[in-house]
Amino acid sequence: MLEKKNGQILYPFDPAAPKRSMLIKNGRVIDPANSIDETLCVGVDQGRIAWLAKEPPPGFAAHMEIDAEGLWVTPGLMDMHVHLREPGREDKETIETGTQAACAGGFTAVACMPNTNPVLDEESKIRYVAQRAQDCSCRVFPIGSITKALAGEELSPFGEMVRAGARAVSDDGKSVRKSNIMKNALNYSKSFGIPVICHCEDNDLSHGGHMNEGAMSSLLGVWGQPSIAEEIIVSRDVLLAQYTGARIHIAHVSTAGSVRIIREAKKQGVAVTCETCPHYLALTDADLASYNTNMKMNPPLRTKKDQEALLAGLADGTIDVIASDHAPHVSEEKDVEFDAAAFGVIGLETSLPVIMTYLIEKKLLRPSQLVEKMSLLPNRILGLGGGTLSAGRFADITIIDPKARWTIDSRYFYSKGRNTPFDGLEVQGRAKYTILGGIIVYERRGTS
Amino acid sequence: MSLSINHLLGLKGVSEKDITLILDTADNFYEVLQREIKQVPTLKGITIVNLFYENSTRTRISFELAEKRLSASPLNFSTSTSSVSKGESLRDTMRNIEAMKIDMVVVRHGAAGVPAFLTRCTNATIINAGDGLHEHPTQALLDMMTIRQKLGKLKGLKVAIIGDILHSRVARSNAWGMSAMGMKVVLCGPPTLLPQHPECLGVEVTDNMDKALDGANVIMMLRLQMERQNAGLFPSIREYRERYGLDLEKLSKLPRDIIVMHPGPINRGIELASNVADGEHSVILDQVTNGVAVRMAVLYLLGGGGDNA
Amino acid sequence: MDAPALDRALTRITHQILEKNNDLNNFGIVGMQTRGVYLAQRIAQKIGAVEHVTLLAGVLDVTLYRDDYRTAFKQPKVKVTNIPFNINGIDMVLVDDVLYTGRTVRAALDALTDFGRPKTIQCATLIDRGHREMPIVADYIGMNVTTRSNQEVALKVIEIDNEDSVWLMEREPTD
Repeated sequence: MLEKKNGQILYPFDPAAPKRSMLIKNGRVIDPANSIDETLCVGVDQGRIAWLAKEPPPGFAAHMEIDAEGLWVTPGLMDMHVHLREPGREDKETIETGTQAACAGGFTAVACMPNTNPVLDEESKIRYVAQRAQDCSCRVFPIGSITKALAGEELSPFGEMVRAGARAVSDDGKSVRKSNIMKNALNYSKSFGIPVICHCEDNDLSHGGHMNEGAMSSLLGVWGQPSIAEEIIVSRDVLLAQYTGARIHIAHVSTAGSVRIIREAKKQGVAVTCETCPHYLALTDADLASYNTNMKMNPPLRTKKDQEALLAGLADGTIDVIASDHAPHVSEEKDVEFDAAAFGVIGLETSLPVIMTYLIEKKLLRPSQLVEKMSLLPNRILGLGGGTLSAGRFADITIIDPKARWTIDSRYFYSKGRNTPFDGLEVQGRAKYTILGGIIVYERRGTS
Repeated sequence: MSLSINHLLGLKGVSEKDITLILDTADNFYEVLQREIKQVPTLKGITIVNLFYENSTRTRISFELAEKRLSASPLNFSTSTSSVSKGESLRDTMRNIEAMKIDMVVVRHGAAGVPAFLTRCTNATIINAGDGLHEHPTQALLDMMTIRQKLGKLKGLKVAIIGDILHSRVARSNAWGMSAMGMKVVLCGPPTLLPQHPECLGVEVTDNMDKALDGANVIMMLRLQMERQNAGLFPSIREYRERYGLDLEKLSKLPRDIIVMHPGPINRGIELASNVADGEHSVILDQVTNGVAVRMAVLYLLGGGGDNA
Repeated sequence: MDAPALDRALTRITHQILEKNNDLNNFGIVGMQTRGVYLAQRIAQKIGAVEHVTLLAGVLDVTLYRDDYRTAFKQPKVKVTNIPFNINGIDMVLVDDVLYTGRTVRAALDALTDFGRPKTIQCATLIDRGHREMPIVADYIGMNVTTRSNQEVALKVIEIDNEDSVWLMEREPTD
């Protein structure tokens, strides 16, 4: 049991433990897959959802009861863009600590990126991650790389990686520079029905930039990367997807232009989905005035106009998913001058509270949309069965306290990383229970 | 009489009152520099570290001279000769220096925001001698001192700054400092060497040199770095010189009392013709002399005092 | 002290200076910022009226030579120093308004040695209020006043304060 002084408890996860029955009473059940948003009871049995009803059916004996009055009961949240750093940089994060962080953040599943060392570009490496994740209190779905060693030249063996458990491919961290290679990758992916997740960045335009190129970068004297560096490759990848008929998912969308291009592409029937991150919805490049390296990431924080476009994109469904792009770094790589600081911020333990505070509280997103974008659609895009409370599915459940007011304090994080832009932020909303396969793996006690 | 700021990180946001105090004090130090014994004991016993991560002989020498003329004890820390090249982090370097009980740090670094970063690492007073593309406040102060010396005032004058504005921290510091003093600033250069979003600097920006020079009392030429040509930012030196260089012919069409400035080092024959650099309108050497006086004033006003004792 | 008394004191100092300094061709008078400057100007005028010479004159600001740079909370404003003549081998009179601890004169001596090596440095002050903290003695004194350390002596001159007078003030006790 990993208990923290602020009332967080992480329970050890034993997949072999007997699965007890559970009753979750009177919570607001939000399950957009089944168009449900009402106060219901949820019955769990043998690690799966047994039933949803106003009252427990007669004869249902619950071994354990959770009183969810005033709380939301949702399908387990999934973060489809995280960096677990293992293998290679276990000093920044391990699969164990990363999944603990996910759990504390209310997530029952994550998909992890292959830019590790070595790169996850073949069967044995995918298998390594899948195996390490077995004992973890969160489901881990590896993403394989598009090209061998992320070099952008030769395709990785998609088939054997999928066989070993990969649910998608991506060269996240960079784009596949050569358009002919990307075209081949998209075509090849069609055999396996997996999406190709695109990190869109024109390196020639973005090279040397440490933040968004704009009035702010001019003011701060920092070399910037322009929004078009992202938009040019979004455009390219969308056209390639249209041409090849393959399925793509655009990672960490940050600019108004990208949203516009994707909206237009969807209208034309291109098989494209996309995600944005909480930090683009809560912050802008104006927040970099103090050269805070915990706000430095790639793509960088953009302008207010871009943020408004992202919010509109979420509202009208152009943006399908909210993912964190959780990227832990050691303090030696962040506590330096701005130009020298590594790109990336953590997010597993702050995603939910930040979205609740900046979007739900401000009525920019409805609760059912939150569940859609942070649970249902990530599952669908990766071809997984989670994201819903339909009877018979795994009882992966997140119970959210929408009213809890608290202050984010990175000292209590389960992640090894401390590079969050939200330290000290007063927020409202957090996961109170995280339930994996019918077993409580995380509980948040206390009121602070 | 004292400054309302505790460090000199830049001129953005510095008040007219503070800038005036620095310039007035610099005038007094100018007088010291005319004496036979060009030294005063004011900062005796105060240790100042010149932390130069970027190569810069002239700025460092100017600061060192200012420090010595104030009887302070300067220490030079430059990249090639220190542990920095062995990969020591900035924070550790700062901590080690501070453990040797120093009072002030004059820092030049290639990354913007480093002086601000240092104020979070140490209690010493920090003076920015140039951080990345961000600011070079003492240069702008000596520029203003020179203008005031030659033209008798600052308010209402028009200054045309011409050259590679995009990469110039001198242009930025001058834009902010001069605006605070009620001067009109125009920044001019080829479109590829102008910031993409110039509105943040709060001054007029143009790619037309004639427009910039129209009504100007002061022309400040900036150095063109040859590497910019390799980066595809302008096609040839010949075209640059023709469109943005200053020669006698262009100068002759302007009012007699105009002054020509340059932060140095000059690319003779490129942005500035030799006969202009050495001509009657040029105050470039005065800028260098005033540089020492201004830096003495800054060190004097920021150093000492109960706060730092 | 009122205006006529101030004038009489300066006249007396003038004659005392003339008594001791015979060669006015090798003589300079330097006023200390701020009000000492005006006193020096008047003494120079008086000497000029009697001896029909124009004296070598200068002004000295000792802010950069003070001994309290490290501890003073605010830095005092540096004022003009202008000694336009060579002080080597010259008989000089430093003119100040109030002589108190002696530290200002000490600083002035330091400053002058940076300019050269005068033959003599003499000190004239309008008011000597005692409480010396340095072994400094004035050669010419306008008036001796006994004071307590919670009192202040201030000179007002017509050039900047619209009147000629000397004031002895008591600081309010602070509780």
